[in-house]
Amino acid sequence: MSTAGIIFSNIHDENIAELTRIRTIGSVPFGCRYRLIDFALSNMVNSGISNVRVLANSNYNSLIDHIGSGKDWDLSRRSGGVKLFPPNVLAHGNYGTTNYTTRLGILRSLSAMVSNLKDDYVVLTDCDAICNVDFNAIVKEHIKSGADMTLAVKSFDVDRETARRNTFVKSDSDGRIVDVLAYPDDFEGVADMLLNIIVMSKKSLYDIVSLAQVHNYNSLTKDIIARYLGEKVFKIYRYDGYFACMSSLDHYFKENMQLLSNKQTYSELFDIPSRPILTKVRNSPPTYYGEGAVVKNSLIADGCTIEGTVENCILFRGVKIGKGTVAKNSILFQDVFTGENVSLNCVIADKNVVLRDGLVLYGCEKLPIYIEKGQYL
Amino acid sequence: MYRKKECIAMLLAGGQGSRLYVLTEKNAKPAVSFGGKYRIIDFPMSNCVNSGIDTVGVLTQYQPLVLNEYIGNGEPWDLDRANGGVMVLPPYQGKDSSDWYKGTANAIYQNLGFINRYDPDYVVILSGDHIYKMDYSDMLAQHKQNNADCTIAALQVPLSEASRFGILNTKEDGQIYEFEEKPKNPKSNKASMGIYIFNKKVLEEYLIRDENNPESSNDFGKNIIPSMLGDGKRLFSYVFDGYWKDVGTIQSLWEANMDLLGKTPNFNIYDKKWRIYFRHNAKPAHRINDGAVVKNSMITEGCEISGTVINSVLSSGVVVEPGAVVKDSVIMSDVCIKSGAVVNYSMIDSNTVIGENSVVGKELSGDAKITVVGGSIEILSGKTVPDGMIVDPNNVKSL
Repeated sequence: MSTAGIIFSNIHDENIAELTRIRTIGSVPFGCRYRLIDFALSNMVNSGISNVRVLANSNYNSLIDHIGSGKDWDLSRRSGGVKLFPPNVLAHGNYGTTNYTTRLGILRSLSAMVSNLKDDYVVLTDCDAICNVDFNAIVKEHIKSGADMTLAVKSFDVDRETARRNTFVKSDSDGRIVDVLAYPDDFEGVADMLLNIIVMSKKSLYDIVSLAQVHNYNSLTKDIIARYLGEKVFKIYRYDGYFACMSSLDHYFKENMQLLSNKQTYSELFDIPSRPILTKVRNSPPTYYGEGAVVKNSLIADGCTIEGTVENCILFRGVKIGKGTVAKNSILFQDVFTGENVSLNCVIADKNVVLRDGLVLYGCEKLPIYIEKGQYL
Repeated sequence: MYRKKECIAMLLAGGQGSRLYVLTEKNAKPAVSFGGKYRIIDFPMSNCVNSGIDTVGVLTQYQPLVLNEYIGNGEPWDLDRANGGVMVLPPYQGKDSSDWYKGTANAIYQNLGFINRYDPDYVVILSGDHIYKMDYSDMLAQHKQNNADCTIAALQVPLSEASRFGILNTKEDGQIYEFEEKPKNPKSNKASMGIYIFNKKVLEEYLIRDENNPESSNDFGKNIIPSMLGDGKRLFSYVFDGYWKDVGTIQSLWEANMDLLGKTPNFNIYDKKWRIYFRHNAKPAHRINDGAVVKNSMITEGCEISGTVINSVLSSGVVVEPGAVVKDSVIMSDVCIKSGAVVNYSMIDSNTVIGENSVVGKELSGDAKITVVGGSIEILSGKTVPDGMIVDPNNVKSL
């Protein structure tokens, strides 16, 4: 029995539109040194899945750079390994050239890739599934139950904004899905939310893709799960570990800050010895703390130089904090440079941002200030 | 089919490093960790790659397991190449003879087969126990310009200290006319750094001749260089004016670590134009908790700091619990310093636990001696390790 992995790198790009203007959701930075796709890739590798297909449909330059040959995840293999599939746009064709943006649409356009899979089972996951989960456990349960499809769920108490961007299911006592609530406009409360981690046999996947081609279906949730739940058996797999649910920039901010405030969260994500989260190696030297450094409750990646004050911050690799600068409750991406006496609170600064001497920027938790990549302020 | 290379490097990494005591008990000196994320061998290896040398033979002998594992296929240094790359060269059994590497020259002699596969014009001989950044391609350019048979890199040391080194006495144009090992009355302040570039043909000739001389101790400094000088070969010095440190002793290894610290460090590893590559272990970013004080220190991935860290270099996965104090120390990977413990002017090897309220070493001052605690040891709660002590899993002795 072998399992292949399929990762959708662009699904839910629109949830954090600020960060995905120039990148896929898979390459959105998270937790000091990671990109969101690192969780999906690491979960695959840690579950023994070494044949991984990453399906991208736009903005994938940074993703190509990040994944490289796949060697940082031990996915540079002669047989299998990680492969990136850009959209199947034909140069001389006048059909089949649509750049699909839904999971089912992407699979349809790459039906040859699907039919070429040699593995018995397939795990499909999105990139905004930030968790440390053993896919094997889901595959095992899927095989045992004999379902056509097994979908990971977690019970959440959601607000309207989160509900609007997610799908919820009801299941019977056997765990069979009996009702689907997709992207509801007016729902809040406790419900089983789909984590967008799906296991099925390769044959089921092929059947679904064929079905979609015949009927011109585009949405996995609406056209397959909701339509066929009487005919086919779709079961849930209950996951109860940490799962970051990000539907907006302020959620993104909150989930990052959770890593600081909630040690349990952090441990469930990063402290499982047999399941490390892997990422691209950057060869940064250690972080240097100067004489004037005052640091409290922060997560700091390598290659930083800290001369000022840092409180409740997440600093990515190569960040410079100048003398007299005070950074609080902020997320500074790779190679952000702050001059002297800069004052920051609730700021998300994208890669290579330069904040000049004396600048003062205060956002608030519900409305963090976002600074685009490469800006000089 | 091996394609010809202009220049290849041979890295001598077989030394025991006995003056590092417990730090080299289970691994060779080049595999000793340095600067938080590195091992000593990363420096010559990265220098090779940054100088455009893509074929490196690493000669191992003493406790090679950790070193072999660390080098692996050479991927961290981009030395996993189809043609060339890094090759670990241990002593081997031959048809007629088999022997350990008897000296630096003998080690290279035994691997002439490896060298000849690439048919190089020049061979760089390096040692695996120096911390420095150096462009060998610049040295090679000078070697060619001088039409030299051998070029030796030299560091200008204060004349008062010159008697501790191998000294190169040169003419004005840099040609060496005499080599003196630890001279009582040094005539020059050019100290040999143990870095050589040879014309391969000349090297081969002298290695074979040296091997056939039963009197020889098969050493580059003691035998090969003097006999080349005696024959009137063209030997030149290449003056290097950057940072260079032989980390053969506990004290010098500690000093080299401390040289990384400061606003303008003596040795800058943040230089993006001359990156030092290393094998990575995947750990998350480090965490600084409330109540922590970190000043003039280097901290790396996987650490969790709740206590005080001043003037220190911490490797990955080090935990400093609340109330613990680490000062003027080098802490290697996965060490846990329990709450209330005080570590002063010490080097602590990996996986060791410093128990609650225990005291290791003495505050750095005029008469304090450095303290060393070996790997995978537990210093029990409330115990005191006096300064100048080397704590070894098997026995405890004084430095």
